[in-house]
Amino acid sequence: MEEDRLETSCQLLVIGGSAGSLDVLFKLLPRLKAGLTFPIVVILHRRNSVESFLAELLASKTVLPTREVDDKDPVVPGNIYLAPADYHLLIEKNRTFSLDYSEKVNFSRPSIDVTFESASEIYGKALVALILSGANEDGTQGMLCIQKRGGRTIAQKPESAQMPFMPQNAISRGAVNYILDIEQMSTFINELT
Amino acid sequence: MIDEEEIDLLLNDLFDLYGYDFTSYSRASLKRRIVRLCSLDKFPSFAELRYHVKTDPTYLKRFVEEITVNVTEMFRDPSFYKSLRDDILPIFGTKPFIRIWHAGCSTGEEVFSMAILLKEANLLKKSLLYATDLNPSVLDNVRRGIFPLTQMKQYSESYISSGGINDFSTYYTANYGQAKFDRELSEKIIISTHNLVSDSSFNEFDLIVCRNVLIYFDKDLQDRVLKLFDASLGTLGYLALGTKETLKFSAVQNKFKQLNKEKIWKKIA
Repeated sequence: MEEDRLETSCQLLVIGGSAGSLDVLFKLLPRLKAGLTFPIVVILHRRNSVESFLAELLASKTVLPTREVDDKDPVVPGNIYLAPADYHLLIEKNRTFSLDYSEKVNFSRPSIDVTFESASEIYGKALVALILSGANEDGTQGMLCIQKRGGRTIAQKPESAQMPFMPQNAISRGAVNYILDIEQMSTFINELT
Repeated sequence: MIDEEEIDLLLNDLFDLYGYDFTSYSRASLKRRIVRLCSLDKFPSFAELRYHVKTDPTYLKRFVEEITVNVTEMFRDPSFYKSLRDDILPIFGTKPFIRIWHAGCSTGEEVFSMAILLKEANLLKKSLLYATDLNPSVLDNVRRGIFPLTQMKQYSESYISSGGINDFSTYYTANYGQAKFDRELSEKIIISTHNLVSDSSFNEFDLIVCRNVLIYFDKDLQDRVLKLFDASLGTLGYLALGTKETLKFSAVQNKFKQLNKEKIWKKIA
């Protein structure tokens, strides 16, 4: 099993975060190298009244092209995609995004679980998921689902999180393969192929 | 876990038995809705769900209602409504008659928001708002014009951000936790079932509002529906989509020009 995992290439990295996760991204994104061979999808809980400055803010921290997703955008390697405020973000078999304005999940829209589960269905064991700081249970169910399909899951080291509840919850529920601090996360991601 | 083949079987049943065609819906979202419903209604297996859909007309109604998304609100994206107020309604002022189509209107919150805008622009008297959806039951809600009172605080805030200057509560009567909107607004709303997948154009409109409906369709169906809208718009008519939807890369993109940063397009050809 472990052997299998090592051989599997990463075709998508999904990152979920809530309260306190923006700071982590601000530190993590500048450390990511140019020309990553997989796309990154970022799901952040945020207030929906905030305009889409967040994508620009994240873009300013990385050499990787970064944008907020529009409906039916293709998922292209080497890009960072941010889930738009107030929509769930799903991935289709033909590797395009679909948006969904259905009921909130875990009091959240976008919900991390929704995207994690949808991505795991399409990418299976070629999926890597990372859960960051937050005060909510969102993400744990999705990580369990990803693990079941052979994907790899990472939690931010709770001691390093402003809000340790979210990564800790995933760890306690046995949904996590690796527990990493920011430094280790960047090394891990840069070494993914 | 429900696999693709099972979903296909169910979708075939729905089409063969009832004429509902969900095959061109965004599969990821549709599948999620079906899985959700299967667990919500505690079916022991997917076959059981399929059996109920096939044999129980009451359940079919619930099924269609639940797998389509009926989440909506009044004055969602206030800047969009502000643009309608400032950029579109003044132009409509010169027309003898205004026809607006809310396609996929769900429970009608956006229709009532529009009626309020028209009333404030003094245009409601010469307007007709066509509210259509494939679900007959959500249309009952539009017909009643009754919405949960608990939502009104948020709607009022959005209304104010959209440039509204009245006390929002003047538009409804509160009773038993419900807000019943004025008859004056609902009088101008014409309600009908219409399925964007299978039904054709039925009138010519000055404005078509279809926000956060196309996201549930695949690219081909989006194109078909956009052609239907194109055929249903008068010259210089307007089309309004959701904030993350676009005409870009669609079959009709050259016939429309985007007005401003809001998702409003003007028909130019």
